[in-house]
Parts: sequence; structure tokens; C-alpha cells
Amino acid sequence: MGWLRHQRYLLDFIIASLLRRKGKNLGLLLVYSLIVFMLASVMLFTHALKREMGQVLQASPEIILQRIEAGRHALIPADYLRKIGRLRGVTARKGRLWGYFYDPAVRANYTLMVAPERRLADSEVIIGSAIARTRGIGPGDYLTFRAHDGEAYSFRVRELLASDTELFSADLVLMSERAFRVSQGVAEGWYTDIVLSVSNPLELAKIAEKLTLRLPDTRPILREEILRTYDSIFSWRQGILFVLLLGAILAFVIFAWDKASGLSAEERREIGILKAVGWETGDVLRMKFWEGAILSLMAFLLGYLLAYLHVFHASASLFEPVLKGWAVLYPAFRLTPVIDGLQVATLFFFSVFPYVVATIIPIWQVSVTDPDAVMR
Amino acid sequence: MRKSDPLLSLLALLAGLFLWTLAGSTRSPQAAAERLDPVRRLVSELGLSDPALFTEARYTRHLSQADLHSAFQDHPMALEHFPSGSLLAPPRPATHGRGE
Amino acid sequence: MRIVLENVHKVFNQGRPNAHEAIRGVSLSIEPNRVTCLKGASGSGKSTLLSMIGCLSRPTAGRIHLGERLLSGLPERFLTDIRRHTFGFIFQQFNLISGLSVLENIMLPAYPLAPDHRQLTATASALLDRFGLAHKARNPVQWLSGGEAQRVAICRALINDPRILIADEPTANLDTRLSRDFMEQIRRLRESGRTVLITSHDPVVFDSPVVERVIELCDGQVVGG
Repeated sequence: MGWLRHQRYLLDFIIASLLRRKGKNLGLLLVYSLIVFMLASVMLFTHALKREMGQVLQASPEIILQRIEAGRHALIPADYLRKIGRLRGVTARKGRLWGYFYDPAVRANYTLMVAPERRLADSEVIIGSAIARTRGIGPGDYLTFRAHDGEAYSFRVRELLASDTELFSADLVLMSERAFRVSQGVAEGWYTDIVLSVSNPLELAKIAEKLTLRLPDTRPILREEILRTYDSIFSWRQGILFVLLLGAILAFVIFAWDKASGLSAEERREIGILKAVGWETGDVLRMKFWEGAILSLMAFLLGYLLAYLHVFHASASLFEPVLKGWAVLYPAFRLTPVIDGLQVATLFFFSVFPYVVATIIPIWQVSVTDPDAVMR
Repeated sequence: MRKSDPLLSLLALLAGLFLWTLAGSTRSPQAAAERLDPVRRLVSELGLSDPALFTEARYTRHLSQADLHSAFQDHPMALEHFPSGSLLAPPRPATHGRGE
Repeated sequence: MRIVLENVHKVFNQGRPNAHEAIRGVSLSIEPNRVTCLKGASGSGKSTLLSMIGCLSRPTAGRIHLGERLLSGLPERFLTDIRRHTFGFIFQQFNLISGLSVLENIMLPAYPLAPDHRQLTATASALLDRFGLAHKARNPVQWLSGGEAQRVAICRALINDPRILIADEPTANLDTRLSRDFMEQIRRLRESGRTVLITSHDPVVFDSPVVERVIELCDGQVVGG
């Protein structure tokens, strides 16, 4: 009880003393919060995106078989489906048709894809919401492509892909097999790649090995590899962002160090007075500890909470230019709030601890001086 | 009122919100999973392997599928994926754009 | 509580070429419940002596007794504790902390003792009332006049209800009228049963009827009183 009362008196003093240089301290708090906000935004965003990616990609095909020609991805003949032969553990196999289309009208890349299950008429397409947004079209409107042979084909938009799938479907154009082959010049008997379903994940490695033996010009891409790719790509992008932020962080560290560690003559005098009126060295140190702790804790909480709002309720809009790059189509998506406790703890430690230490160390030197300094 | 009162209440409020965000992420894993169901259905129907997050070039659009050795394939202004991209400018196409 | 000094020495920068002996063998006995004035020119060592008596610093040699206790051998923690409970200080520059309110300044010495907040505020307000400053309680101290600041400094010295009051050149920044007012306040404190120790070279102080004993210092030695 007494201890609590004591700390509260110290807090009273700290606030009174911080409020004296209101502008300077509020400015510090603001910049401090901003730094935490940036770091926390990157952390929360990449973590949530990684999680979401990981969960969704669990549904992607177990094995995708690509044919490689002169080191590049090439079309795969349909009779490879037969050539694969009987493989134990493979429950389904089918050829996929997909490709890209550069739309000069909006300078965007679309992903064309054949969706047999949608039973599309040859003159119909289903498009992703981002295309609809960018082109300003909707169901019933027409989308005209210039085909490989220079002919123009018009497709009626039958429907849009659900907007809650936008993270994966933003740039998709689904069409019938015939429409795809005719407009893109893919002859009958060829596919873009082949997907295999495998029920037992333990057999995957064995099956992939057999595939490369039987079809030496192919490359199997396993789902595990896809998941790994995305896991590392977001760590990498996070790292890049951190490196970019490093400059800002360093600038802040210099500023904060100067503010926290540089004791003005005024502050020295004050510490002298406090000691003369009966404060112990420990009281002065505790007081300064609270000053550092309050400021950095406040900055951490404010920065973190703002980052939370930014990432999960404002769709991380500040990162859009970074993620968007040169792309024209950009999915509108909302991430599920998932938080990695360890990450947050790390952020907490690195944002609060150094500042508190920087505040206390110089005070230590001053507060062990004799209290009679004020009388000289 | 003491000077520490408003500060302590503000801190308590912020800390409460902070804990709420931490608890929020574990509160409804079920609902979160259900929210992703339509996406998962689409992914498994079409056999999608990549998100449509970076659509500027085929090696960023289908990161897991691309032969990662070819740059500047699709969009003439596509920002390079590799560090070398910061040194090399994309080639100026002879015709205006491609695919026209 | 009687204060007794036995052959006290104080050397600054000991062992270095600029070593300087400020106090050279002072022996004194200061009676309780009296107003004593240490008189001397600046540099005579009176402030140094006062800071040793008030547990702000320690003698290089010699002993200081406070009542039954020997001060000179105590570690810093205990000295601080004695200082808090036994002494109240009034400094030459008042040494108020600017930016804080009058009330906050007065309550500062009590913070490490952590009394009940309401009680402490009441005590501080009562003190302000007594010194006619109640209406200034919320003002920041830098708005005060010299005389008001001096009275605030007295209030601060009294907040922990000390037995001994120590004032170092209290009238150096005051004009004659305010100095007389100050001596009047000292008289009232003396009547409430406190020991008062003042250093000064101001005749208003050492010639004042309030002062019961004058000890004269010169070059770190007692020359009279």
C-alpha cells in the first residue's frame, strides 16, 4: 500500500514535470508512436497475410506438373496425362488451361483461366472484382479481347467472382475451354499444366520422384513448396520494409538518446533540489524510470493500437503503394485479426526497454552526487 | 483531482484495448476459418496456387509457378523482382506497349 | 535535540592540487529551541558547516552528534532518513522547482514518505493558509514575488514537521522590509518550539532581537560567539 502510494507520488511529479515542456514531450510521444505504428503495422500485416495465405493455400492442388522447354515453362501435351501411367496414391488428374492477358486499355495484366465446372457458354466470361472496378463494367457488359491472331472477340460478363475472394480472384477471367483455345491460340491436345490430387501427403515425395523419372522434361511443384514460397516471400518483404524503416528508426534513436540522456543544467539543478529536500538517490532513479516507462509505454500502446486499426480495419491502406508496385489491379481485402504474441512481445521489449535505460543511465551519474551541491 | 488520475485511466484504457486485441485473435478461430471458406472453395475448384496480390508480372503473379529467371516479361514498367532491377531500367518497347 | 560538533574538518578535492580546507577544526554546541545565527563573510565556511549539520554532506574529520546519535559515521540512506524527518531547509535561491504549482512544490519533500494524499494536501493547504498564500496554491511558482517565494520555501521546509530548521542566507534576495518580515516568521517558528539555524552576513538577521546567539566564523574557524 505504502509502496503504491509512493509510486503514485512519483507519477504525480513526473506528469507535472513532463507537462512543463508540453510541446517537446508531446512531439517526442508522437514521433515515438509513429515509429512503433510503422513497425507494428508491418508485423501485424505480414503475419496476418502469411496466416491467411497458409490457410487458404491448403486447398490448392497437391502437385502441379509443368513441362519445361529450354529452361522455361511450356505447354504440356494432353497425352502426358496418359503417360503418367498408374501411380499409387494419385486420386485425380486433369489438364489445366490458363494464361495471361495484357489489356492495353487499362495497362493491366489479367489471368485467363478455363473453369469447366462453371459451364460457361463460349461467349461468356466471369471476371474478378478488381477487373470490374478498373474497367468500370459489371454483369451484362461486354469485355473485348484482341486475340492472338489479331481478331477481336467480345465476351459477355455473366457474373463477378465473389468480392470476399478477391485476394485470390481479383484479376481472374474465367472462360470456356473453346473460347480460351480459340482466342489464345492453344491447339487441341495441349494444356498449360497438369494437376494431380494425392490423398496421402506422405506419398507426395515418392510420387514427385516417380514423375520426374517417367517424364524427364517436367517439373512437379508440390503444395508444400508453394506454402514455403509464400512463407518466405512475406518474411523477405517484411525484412525489406524493416530495412527501409531503419533510417527512420536510427534518426529517432539519436533524437531520443539526446532527449533522454542529455541532462540540461536545469534538470541537474532540480535533482540537486530534490536530494536536498530529502529524496534519496533511489527516489530520483525511480522517478526517472517512471518518466521513461510512461512515455515509452504510452508510445507503444498508441502505436500498436493505431497499427491494429490500420491493418485490420483500414485494409493496411498505407502499404498499398508498396504492395501494389506497378500493378494496376489490386485486390481489396480485409484480413482476419491474428496476432503473434511473441512478435508483439519482441516489439514491446525493443520499443520500451532501450528508452527506459537511456533515461536512467545519465541520471544515475547525477543522482549519486552529494545533495549539498545546491548550497554551493 | 490528482495529476496521475487521468494518466492512469488513459493507460488502463489503452492497456485494456491492447489485451482485447490479443484476446480477439484467439476468440473466434472458428469464425475466421468460416470467413475463408469461399476462398478455399474457389482455390480448390480452379486449382489456384497464388494470390492475386502482385499482378504486375507473371513471375510475381504466379510466384510459385514462374521460372524465376526471366524479368520484364509482361508489363513494360514492371518493377524488377531482383536486386538487379534497381540497377537496370526496363527496355523501352519499340511499339507502344505489348499485346496490341 | 542538542547538536554537538567536535573538532570538525571539511576538505574539498582532497588529495588533489586544488585541495581546499573549508572548515578547520570547529567545535560547537547548539542548544535546542533557540535561534542561532552563523555569521561570516562569504567563503568563511558557514554554508559548508550548515550542510554538514543538516546531513547534506559529511565532515572529512571530526564528529557531529544530533541528540544521542552520531551523524558522521552513518551511511547515506540513514542520513537521508534523518534529514527528511529532522531538518527543514530554506535555501538562498529559494530553490523552488519552476513549472510546478505552489502546492506541488510544498508537498515535494513528503513524496518519499508517501503519506495519505488527502492528508498531505490538507497539511500543505493549512501551511499556505498560515503564511497567507492560500489563494496562490494553484499558481506556478515562477509567478511569485520574492517575498512570496520565500514564504513558499518556508512552507516547504515545514511540510514534514521538522524539529530543526536550517536557513542558508535566507535574506540574500530580499529587501529590508521583506527581511524583517522573514525574521518575524522565524520568531513565530521559534515560539512553536523549533530550533532554527541561520547563516547570514546581513545585519537585519544577526542584529535582530529574534536571534539568540551569534556564532562568528572566519576562514573555517570559530572566532566569536
